[in-house]
Amino acid sequence: MTRVRRWLPGLLLVMPSLVAIGVFVYGMLGWNFRLAMTDRHDEVSEGFFVGLDNFFSLWSQKPWVISVHHAIVFTAVFVLGALALGWLLAFLMEKGIRGEGTFRAVYLFPMAVSFVATGVVWRWLMNSARDERAVGLNRLFDGLGLDALQWGWFRDQDWGMAAMAIPAIWQISGYVMALFLAGFRGVPEELREAARVDGCAEWQVYRHVVLPLLRPVTLSALIILGHISLKVFDLIVAVSGKQIVTYVPAISMWVAVFDSHDPAKGAAIASYIVLAVSVFVVPYLVWSLRREKRS
Amino acid sequence: MAAVAATVAGLLTLTACGGDGGGAAQGTQGGGGEKKVEVFSWWTGPGEADGLKAMREIFQKNNAGLEFFDAAVAGGSGDKARALLTTKLQAGDPPDTFQGHAGAELQGYIKAGQLEPVNFLYDELKLKEVFPQQLIDQISVRGDIYSVPVNIHRSNVMWFNPGVLKEAGVAEVPKTIPEFVTALDKVKKAGKVPLAIGSEWTMVHLLESVLLGSLGTDAYNALWTANADWSGPAMTKALNDFKTVLSYAGDPADDWQPAAKQVADGQAAFTVMGDWAYGYFHNPPDGGLGKKSKTDFDWAPSPGTAGTFMWLSDSFTLPKGAPNRDGAVAWLKVAASKEGQDAFNPKKGSIPARKDADTSLYTDYLADALKDWGSNKLAGSIQHGVVVNDAWRTAINEAVGLFHEDKDVAALQSSLAEAAKNSGQ
Repeated sequence: MTRVRRWLPGLLLVMPSLVAIGVFVYGMLGWNFRLAMTDRHDEVSEGFFVGLDNFFSLWSQKPWVISVHHAIVFTAVFVLGALALGWLLAFLMEKGIRGEGTFRAVYLFPMAVSFVATGVVWRWLMNSARDERAVGLNRLFDGLGLDALQWGWFRDQDWGMAAMAIPAIWQISGYVMALFLAGFRGVPEELREAARVDGCAEWQVYRHVVLPLLRPVTLSALIILGHISLKVFDLIVAVSGKQIVTYVPAISMWVAVFDSHDPAKGAAIASYIVLAVSVFVVPYLVWSLRREKRS
Repeated sequence: MAAVAATVAGLLTLTACGGDGGGAAQGTQGGGGEKKVEVFSWWTGPGEADGLKAMREIFQKNNAGLEFFDAAVAGGSGDKARALLTTKLQAGDPPDTFQGHAGAELQGYIKAGQLEPVNFLYDELKLKEVFPQQLIDQISVRGDIYSVPVNIHRSNVMWFNPGVLKEAGVAEVPKTIPEFVTALDKVKKAGKVPLAIGSEWTMVHLLESVLLGSLGTDAYNALWTANADWSGPAMTKALNDFKTVLSYAGDPADDWQPAAKQVADGQAAFTVMGDWAYGYFHNPPDGGLGKKSKTDFDWAPSPGTAGTFMWLSDSFTLPKGAPNRDGAVAWLKVAASKEGQDAFNPKKGSIPARKDADTSLYTDYLADALKDWGSNKLAGSIQHGVVVNDAWRTAINEAVGLFHEDKDVAALQSSLAEAAKNSGQ
């Protein structure tokens, strides 16, 4: 009886959210996977079980292969760019700059803007017209006489997705800075002192003391950025709309469901997105669970 | 999105109620109050919203017991409106009538059993006598008609800047595709952008005009029948023409308007766009560019398509299970009427689908279009939902998007053939 009294109230308390999550998150995920394994290729047909057919047949469709390729380029540039820029900003900030509070606010501010608003502005900045028709950044380069720097931005076939990552980096790097800044502040001054006493140059202090201690922060940042990047949709819709040149999996999914009216294909793409994100998230959850147990 | 639409709609009802003293508040209950007719469209832009308002006034005048409820959702070509409509229809909560492109785009709704045929209206109003026979043929599905076309737009229009052509030494407006290529080349040598182009869908728009011009009207119309030949040499030639024409295109602009503006501003010579571009060129600033027709900009049927009117049309439908079916039918009657179409179209910048329109209302470009509509052969647009359903159109769009990257005609042809095979149309 007493034991029941100990766990029952707690369970009752979390029950509503457990049920809600169970139905609306995991239930829907399950429903989506089931749909992905049927041949429901229009909105009216019954849909019979076809196993993993939809998952395999996607790879013979060029638009899908391109969208995966784009997602990889975007993720690589965005994650590395945001980490590097965020780290650099935090590093400078940590050096005890005057008016740190102001700068912190300035760098964090883009976080408050939605990707859609960012996208609308950057669509103009990254307009691909050149020379006398140039606007935005190409106009700036044109005006400065840096004609060689004018390019197609997100319309460039090979590196367009790298350009697409620029607004995302602009928006998120302030947040990464905040993460790293907290990490830097968490490194005890005594450790740095000890290293200096042992004859470390300043860069060696960072190399051997600070960076290793920042590993957990870097990992969290990596996971947060990674899952944002694999799911990216709003930014791309705002900048370019539904065009092959900027297809990513989430756009393919939208097109499959709402334009092609192919629910099974859309569900298969959605499943791939969930799987790709869980590659990032699950190891992180396992790792943080273990860490919690340890402490 | 849905929430915004609901709020806007809510505000509209509030104002409507305020106007007539609250009599409409219990509209749906029938009885003494006015009955609400929910009309779902994507006409919110300048011109089109005015046209809708003009039709609404006629509707209110003719139907004292009914109240017009405007459920318009903003967004060009109805992308967002249609996403919302899909959810409403799947939830079994259809509006009383909704806008759709006449033709194959409605097939999804028809297949899902969401639309009621409106043949009875065509018989009652004798519409088969006032709409062109080819139009009736092209929108019939197994003998049934599911929508009432309100307006007609033309897709195969080539807009050009006479000044730029003169400067480049192009004396005559190109009438065939080879002439067009020669003209494009001259403009290129003169240092201007030969052909202005927008985002990927404008390339599909260009493709349909090139296909029509290169294949000829009969072969083009056959593409949507069982006798389609997507893999033959004629198609290969047409796609090579497309490749040649596209090679003269400038950097893609964001959409069709910036592309049209390049022509208006004298930076580019040609652009191929539907005749909604006329309003953009011609209307005063704040909605248009305020250019003078025939001097600042001019038009002709896209090369090789003179004598053929590639059409698209906005139409209204009768959803199954419409809450107020009588009201919807009353609206369709207004939309089909000469009075309704002549009120709507001059404002929207399109021509009526009826052949008996009052020609004095249509001037300048619209007069040309009206004349051609009555006399030309008809062909249906791809990009604007006349000849292909959504899935097929999406497949064509993806194929053209890929082609723009790799310029591989063989790959384009095989994916177009594949798309036709998979369309199930």
